[in-house]
Amino acid sequence: MSFLSRTVNSSVGCKTLMAVSGLALVGFIVAHLAGNLLVFAGPTALNAYAKGLRSYLPLLWALRIGLITAFILHIYAGIRLSRRAQQARPQAYVKRKTQVTTGAAQTMILSGLLLLFFALYHLAHLTFRLTHPQFAALGEFDVYAMLIASFQSPWTSGFYILSIATLMLHLNHGMASFFQTLGLDSRRHASLLFMAGPVFSTLLAAGFIAIPLSIFLGLIA
Amino acid sequence: MKLDAKIPSGALEQKWSSHKFAMKLVSPANKRKYKVIVVGTGLAGASAAATLAELGYQVEVFCYQDSPRRAHSIAAQGGINAAKNYQNDGDSTFRLFYDTIKGGDFRAREANVYRLAEVSAAIIDQAVAQGVPFAREYGGLLANRSFGGAQVSRTFYARGQTGQQLLLGAYSALSRQIGLGSIRMHTRSEMLDLVVIDGLARGIITRDLVSGVIDSWAADAVVLATGGYGNAFFLSTNAVGCNVTAAFRAYKKGAGFANPCYTQIHPTCIPVSGEHQSKLTLMSESLRNDARVWVPKQKGDKRRPEEIPENERDYYLERKYPSFGNLAPRDIASRSAKEVCDEGRGVGESALGVYLDFGEAISRLGEAKITERYANLFQMYERITADNPYHTPMRIYPAVHYTMGGLWVDYNLQSTIPGLHVIGEANFSDHGANRLGASALMQGLADGYFILPYTLAHYLASQRLDKITSDHPAFAIAKAEVSKRLKRLLSSKGKRSPRSFHRELGMLLWEHCGMARHHQGLSRALAKIPELREEFWHNLHISGDASSFNQQLEHAGRVADFLEFGELMCRDALLREESCGGHFRSEYQTPEGEALRHDETFAHVAVWEHQGEGKAPLRHQEELVFSAVQLSTRSYK
Amino acid sequence: MRLVLHVWRQKSPEEAGAMVSYRLKEISPDMSFLEMLDILNEQLLAEEKDPVAFDHDCREGICGMCSLVINGQAHGPQSGTTTCQLHMRSFKDGDEIYIEPFRAKAFPVIRDLVTNRSSFDRIIQAGGFVSVRTGGVPDGNALPIPKTAADLAMDFAACIGCGACVAACKNASAMLFVSAKVSQLALLPQGKVERERRVLAMVGQMDQEGFGHCSNTFECEAVCPKEISVSSIARLNREYTRAALLERPSSSPTSSE
Repeated sequence: MSFLSRTVNSSVGCKTLMAVSGLALVGFIVAHLAGNLLVFAGPTALNAYAKGLRSYLPLLWALRIGLITAFILHIYAGIRLSRRAQQARPQAYVKRKTQVTTGAAQTMILSGLLLLFFALYHLAHLTFRLTHPQFAALGEFDVYAMLIASFQSPWTSGFYILSIATLMLHLNHGMASFFQTLGLDSRRHASLLFMAGPVFSTLLAAGFIAIPLSIFLGLIA
Repeated sequence: MKLDAKIPSGALEQKWSSHKFAMKLVSPANKRKYKVIVVGTGLAGASAAATLAELGYQVEVFCYQDSPRRAHSIAAQGGINAAKNYQNDGDSTFRLFYDTIKGGDFRAREANVYRLAEVSAAIIDQAVAQGVPFAREYGGLLANRSFGGAQVSRTFYARGQTGQQLLLGAYSALSRQIGLGSIRMHTRSEMLDLVVIDGLARGIITRDLVSGVIDSWAADAVVLATGGYGNAFFLSTNAVGCNVTAAFRAYKKGAGFANPCYTQIHPTCIPVSGEHQSKLTLMSESLRNDARVWVPKQKGDKRRPEEIPENERDYYLERKYPSFGNLAPRDIASRSAKEVCDEGRGVGESALGVYLDFGEAISRLGEAKITERYANLFQMYERITADNPYHTPMRIYPAVHYTMGGLWVDYNLQSTIPGLHVIGEANFSDHGANRLGASALMQGLADGYFILPYTLAHYLASQRLDKITSDHPAFAIAKAEVSKRLKRLLSSKGKRSPRSFHRELGMLLWEHCGMARHHQGLSRALAKIPELREEFWHNLHISGDASSFNQQLEHAGRVADFLEFGELMCRDALLREESCGGHFRSEYQTPEGEALRHDETFAHVAVWEHQGEGKAPLRHQEELVFSAVQLSTRSYK
Repeated sequence: MRLVLHVWRQKSPEEAGAMVSYRLKEISPDMSFLEMLDILNEQLLAEEKDPVAFDHDCREGICGMCSLVINGQAHGPQSGTTTCQLHMRSFKDGDEIYIEPFRAKAFPVIRDLVTNRSSFDRIIQAGGFVSVRTGGVPDGNALPIPKTAADLAMDFAACIGCGACVAACKNASAMLFVSAKVSQLALLPQGKVERERRVLAMVGQMDQEGFGHCSNTFECEAVCPKEISVSSIARLNREYTRAALLERPSSSPTSSE
């Protein structure tokens, strides 16, 4: 059997695929946040960043393709593994009591689906500009103005904040799980690596939420 | 019945090697033409089956458990002896041989025991190669601990789970052969009869415990590795499913049963807590390395152990046996515990218990060291009793643990039925009247890995074996008998469960054929057992049918055999008019209360031959000849 | 103590099962859980009803034959304990106790609480061994093994193959069982020779038996009566990835000899 077919077909391989693609997505999110935080540096900085991104088209497309691939693989692995898990226990327990499973771990599929929906909305919102007709009046790279216009609405802000919370939940389990799945866990580092999930996802979420919240509260205008 | 032990001639040290050369071989091309049945997958069965399959034989293996890994060898805790002399403390093959013969109170066959000591070292090598994680020292070499009945440290161990690790090693070898297709494994299958054709063992009848199907299996030889009969006592340290059925069916088909009265009562078990008790749990003998056994000097002293000052404690093993102290052999330690309890100095609610105290060891070595050595045992004790042995001494009492008696075998491990070989605890051969700790694992694996594979080849190569399949009429007859018996069990529409009969038989045997036996008690038991058996067949109640999964039916069949076997045990105990090892007849004791052997009249193996239903069995004797050791009174003082 | 039991009853693998309730009185806190079931069965037999089938053998926590999910937890409420070592002092007078079999596609129910766990045996048969034959092995002390490695290998070797890890896992995954054996042998020099072949074959068989994957929720570790650490699972993952990367098309994992 080849390495590829082992990766796709075996439960351990598929899980590795899940972890590696997850890591790629986390990498994207970190970079994305770093860019977004320029909103606090004012419209010039943010808009220059947005414009700069689009000026290296080959790089942009390479990143986009990488991102889409990671997305697809992550979703594929998730669906495949969870279908397998459903088949593994055809008769459910009448009474079941978990002891250590976290809420985050229990709801990975649900939080994943919510994030997928969010990602689609987010693309429609800020990339394709389909959700807010008033964007047509703004210049092509006035990301700053788009953000201000959007997040002054409690609905849009609220939705984004909730979605980021979902992301935090997802990463809470996902980050810790990542180390275990890639075998980076060991007795010595176990607790340290396990802190990675909660700590990292909280920091990330705080960064993201700061943006709509600041705009909504009028700290940025 | 002819009892030819077939002990090779020559000096003791040369017997096995010259015999290995003298025995016939089966050529590699011919091995695959032979089919061997192995019943039981404990240390002996699993190691034998794996080794035979590696050699090229077709092997069919049966066990009653749901997996071969669950056989009761798995529960052995303390360790396995081997004459490696890794400790440089004066061990040797001869010393292990001598300790084992002496420990068995000079009632075992010299040649067999010497061979056992001789192959012991190879077992450790084999297990290490399989990946058995034995305890090691910081230098990376194997560690040893000391054990009862020996003054050298020759016991290899894997925490308190040595039996488990050795069995998983043998199971992995067995599994490898199953995976390769050279072994066919039948789990949840119970052997219910032996098929003998023209005087040779040629197959077995089994019941599939899931579907209830009665099946016939033909082979060129049958190997029984079905363990001991300690569950005749109902309460024992055996697994609940352990039984005598396979061995007893073989006995009824003509195999001699040797020394059924030799049972080992283990000194360190958790005391009985009430009528509901279904089994007894052993606390490894290795605990006696660091613990001191005591009872209060005062009768009926009801103070908590911590409140009893040092000078009011009687460390009776240290007092009576200063040179072995708390490491006195099992039979002696058990009997001493019974003595002090009989004097009214027993502890705990039932007053049937003695203290096993780690206080001194904890203050000397620290709690961490004790934890490292015995954590799992301490935990197990606390689970069962809700007492913490780090703070309060354990309470222990003797319990039935191992049976030295078993089907009679010659030097080749063959029973009186040619083609029927018996290995491990199921045979009688190596432990005499008492087994030393850490020797059962050694014997099971010696038989399976290193002895049977040679001697079985010799049988197959020297015996003319006609082609026989399970279509032979003898199988149909045996099958019909088995079905009839099952039907009879189910048709009894009485009131009592198999468990209640089992319990009653067990109490009777414990009372009269337990740690101390007496002419009158044994006679009483011999009168009562047939009555109980009579009631069993008329007043038994089980539900369900024979054609499905039916645990009550399984149990009833086993109890039916115990009810007959118990009688044989008592009969054997009654006629052995001496005390030796685990067989203590209170009429025969020294003024100090030690076992008094009668070597002139009883230095023999008693072998029982079945004479037909309702007839008294015949007692034969195999005289034991001692040339390398001097028969002496066992002294551990 | 008085108790109300809700017990899964199922006549055969084909027939559907259901929970049936029973009342018990005069249960002593010193009884083991299985002795309590013995009493139930004596009672059922006296009432001319079919006793409850359940697996058990050694009753001292080492053979791995006993099972049961008790009040939603494999082997019941006490940690590091098999059902046979669980005592009724863990329950209170008047408690209701739900008793179900270990549930997994790879552990089909045979009757009532008895399941067929031979899938575990097949995983071991696929590669859970060191390929040595009897005889011809080096002296036990020929190969020094660091005490720490031997001790850690022993931690993993303590697995009793009961299947509680599967029962407790939301995906009915056998990863703790498989990884314990893989880790034991990967830690020891004897096992290193076949480490790639072993892990690929065992995981392959595990998947084929229909167990689910590992979601790293660690319920398995929480119920394991031998408290086997999930660090074994991390080690298996590492061994697997390594083996998959090193694998050459010619080295077939299933053929040996």
